[in-house]
Amino acid sequence: MALDSKIPSGPISDKWTNYKDHINLVNPANKRNLDIIIVGTGLAGGSAAATLAELGYNVKAFCFQDSPRRAHSIAAQGGINAAKNYKGDGDSVHRLFYDTVKGGDYRAREANVHRLAEVSGNIIDQCVAQGVPLAREYGGLLDNRSFGGTLVSRTFYAQGQTGQQLLLGAYSAMNRQIGRGKVKMHNRHEMLDLVIVNGKARGIIARNLVTGEIERHSAHAVVIASGGYGNVFFLSTNAMGSNATAAWKIHKKGAFFANPCYTQIHPTCIPVSGDHQSKLTLMSESLRNDGRIWVPAKLEDAQAIREGKKKATDLSEVERDYFLERRYPAFGNLVPRDVASRAAKERCDAGFGVNKTGEAVYLDFAAAIQRYGNEQAYVKGLDTKDTKLVTKLGTEIVKSKYGNLFQMYYKIVDEDPYTSPMMIYPAVHYTMGGTWVDYNLQTTIPGCFSIGESNFSDHGANRLGASALMQGLADGYFVLPYTIGDYLAPDIKMGTISTDLPEFIAAEKAVKDQIDKFINNKGTHSVDYFHKKLGKIMWDKVGMARNEKGLNEAIVEIAALREEFYKEVKVPGDANGLNQELEKATRVADFLELGELFAKDALHRNESCGGHFREEYQTEEGEAQRDDENFAYVAAWEYTGKPSEAVLHKEPLVFDNVKLVQRSYK
Amino acid sequence: MKLTLKIWRQKNAATEGKIVEYPIDHIEPDMSFLEMLDILNDELIMKGDEPIAFDHDCREGICGMCSLYINGEAHGPDRGVTTCQLHMRMFKDGDTIFIEPFRAKAFPVIKDLVVDRSSFDRIQHAGGFISVNTSGNTIDANTIPINKKDADTAFDAAACIGCGACVATCKNSSAMLFVAAKVSQYALLPQGRIEATDRVLNMVSQMDAEGFGNCTNTGACEVECPKGISLENIARMNREYMSASLKG
Ligand SMILES: Cc1cc2nc3c(=O)[nH]c(=O)nc-3n(C[C@H](O)[C@H](O)[C@H](O)COP(=O)(O)OP(=O)(O)OC[C@H]3O[C@@H](n4cnc5c(N)ncnc54)[C@H](O)[C@@H]3O)c2cc1C
Ligand code: SF4
Ligand code: FES
Repeated sequence: MALDSKIPSGPISDKWTNYKDHINLVNPANKRNLDIIIVGTGLAGGSAAATLAELGYNVKAFCFQDSPRRAHSIAAQGGINAAKNYKGDGDSVHRLFYDTVKGGDYRAREANVHRLAEVSGNIIDQCVAQGVPLAREYGGLLDNRSFGGTLVSRTFYAQGQTGQQLLLGAYSAMNRQIGRGKVKMHNRHEMLDLVIVNGKARGIIARNLVTGEIERHSAHAVVIASGGYGNVFFLSTNAMGSNATAAWKIHKKGAFFANPCYTQIHPTCIPVSGDHQSKLTLMSESLRNDGRIWVPAKLEDAQAIREGKKKATDLSEVERDYFLERRYPAFGNLVPRDVASRAAKERCDAGFGVNKTGEAVYLDFAAAIQRYGNEQAYVKGLDTKDTKLVTKLGTEIVKSKYGNLFQMYYKIVDEDPYTSPMMIYPAVHYTMGGTWVDYNLQTTIPGCFSIGESNFSDHGANRLGASALMQGLADGYFVLPYTIGDYLAPDIKMGTISTDLPEFIAAEKAVKDQIDKFINNKGTHSVDYFHKKLGKIMWDKVGMARNEKGLNEAIVEIAALREEFYKEVKVPGDANGLNQELEKATRVADFLELGELFAKDALHRNESCGGHFREEYQTEEGEAQRDDENFAYVAAWEYTGKPSEAVLHKEPLVFDNVKLVQRSYK
Repeated sequence: MKLTLKIWRQKNAATEGKIVEYPIDHIEPDMSFLEMLDILNDELIMKGDEPIAFDHDCREGICGMCSLYINGEAHGPDRGVTTCQLHMRMFKDGDTIFIEPFRAKAFPVIKDLVVDRSSFDRIQHAGGFISVNTSGNTIDANTIPINKKDADTAFDAAACIGCGACVATCKNSSAMLFVAAKVSQYALLPQGRIEATDRVLNMVSQMDAEGFGNCTNTGACEVECPKGISLENIARMNREYMSASLKG
């Protein structure tokens, strides 16, 4: 099967407008005759559900939590980008487009990114109209801040809870439609398979997580908005329930999976403290505006700190290595996420780590406290030589900027970050890969769409901060509502699709068989045991830096682990009711396949780009070395029975509007 | 640390529940409360018992999914945190800890420590929104200037995570703080004022229909709320309600 990205012709800035002018529309009276299933109610799915219902379609929405308000989007901290140029600092649709393509290391599709930039401004208008309380300036206008990888202030935010407020906005829009009966919400339901009838997606099989009942749901189109697959690493900043099942199940039914190896590792997370750890907590990137990152300059000092014989504050300025400032004088602590993460790992691997496990670096606010304190003392006409006073004033400023994050750190680590530097380490955060979609956001299965983090679109090999929220809402509010209409137009006379069709019966049986197998398996280990093992292989061999040898080993080890899982997993309880172990088992089963494809994708891509760093492909200075000649394509994998036998399809990436250059932050 | 856990076990909504005792050892102070339960569950699974069902997702205090009534307090003994942010350093070696589900008529138990809080959603369906189309034809955001103080106060109210601790804590199982937070968010913003009357009347009447109790101004909800939602919001909602009743 050949990949057709369906990019409209014409100049890039006119593509989306021309496209909208020429697609098929569905008359409002006919939309009532069309059903759409949406799996996931985060920013992408929630905004899509609200909009499609408002247009008149019958929407059936699903999420595994007890309420759409709890989708993982709720956790996003920093902000959302939009090319509004409210600051008059020269932002424009073109600049947002350009920054995103460059930030993604030239591995994203130009036409999609441009469309994203075009609709970005609308998102802010929409959210404000919905009553989302975004940050304001004293004059009453919206405030902005800047984020890594850009030179303009285009990030809108709501304190450190931007995702929460945007999601509650989408949730409220959904609630309005649920109240009107246009969205039928299925909480605590998990999609476990896709149903294809005559080559088109026509429904899903879902498990009611409360009663255990396996249900058939039909529709004229199915939209997957199930989020990212970072939890394949077990430890990540993702919510515990985040999983790949919906995306993986459609992959097994024919949807190509694109660029699985593109994973973003976020540099500023609270380090792992022990084996009991269940997840990692992000400390917002905004901290790097004021925090300086360092490790001890001498190995013996690092060792003394690890053994508790010395404290960070015992080391003088010259005994510290501010390695980002040293290596990247131009960007310093504000280099993009992939660069900052690798540099921290490099120092820790060399023995300079500062916590018990040797996997942590310092994020130090002492200098910022002094700087702000001095400024305040000066402004207030107080004695700038009074160190106690200066520290107090400076601490107050830092508290007003980052107080909630410092509090979060204190609760978890039990150490006061105002007086001793924070310890941070990179963690798995966001997955740029996902189901391959064309310009219409349709997968390679007709009638099956994928939006938000679950698709591979828009971010290339690396995502800039504050861009995921933008993409999720763009897809849901403003893109899918057009493209899905174009697809559905021929179906208006079709009538409801029966769930008694043999395809539904067969899919339901397959799901029930898998569940029975888990429940009846008399294994010796819990699901988490396997998930943690998978996570360790992934982190050690398919993590921040990869090489051919490690990847080959990982592929073999994951396949073996999968086999052991099916023999040895133990799922207590039964299937007729709430069974959280069973839920985990079905998810981990899919991670165990996805992990292998992930490693296979990383192995075939003989270059380094963005979130994919192959040790063999680096410059003399240790920077990522792209190979545009051979790898400027999207790797879209077709499932043929086993992850190891997946077939590679290439979508060549054409750059007519931006010039491919080496990213440099020196 | 060595602890004795007394945990509510209940097979499903139709079955009666009871407290069951579990000893646990080797608990580190830097574990979270839910990680401590993970360890217990792993032990139960290895013994062939059913693990304890409890709700959780983000494990960083923002999704509102975790609940738990710990030693008689919603989200346990620490202040300003959710159960997932509670750490074992709040307990001492040898402690006995009671762990129960949030109890309220409007939050029926589904299993063990998992309760059904969909009544909160239904209150939101009744009016927790602004009736604006999602078609993208809205006016430019900066044509609605909002006083920074109002925007910040609206944000503070909007920070409610819908966890239900306020209900679980209240001796009347009232949902006033939760509903007031949403009503307040919109009451402080120019958008959506046009439907303010219907909103507050509809949400309050749905709240009553769900079986939540009345508010008698004891203020326990504010103390246990992990997000510091203040009682001021209840006063603001009462004002909205009064003026709506006069109009309505
Ligand atoms: C800690 C953190 C901070 C972040 N900060 C930012 C930021 O500041 N700015 C930014 O732009 N991005 C940020 N991101 C990234 C961003 O939050 C996510 O990429 C984005 O919210 C994903 O939205 P989504 O709608 O695609 O998926 P999600 O919000 O993850 O929603 C997934 C939905 O799918 C449902 N689901 C999944 N599987 C199934 C199934 N099988 N059956 C039924 N339902 C299912 C879930 O119930 C849920 O409703 C952050 C991410 C993290 C982890
Ligand atoms: S008001 Fe507070 S306690 Fe009540 S649901 Fe909201 S966050 Fe939870
Ligand atoms: S698990 Fe999300 S708030 Fe506790």
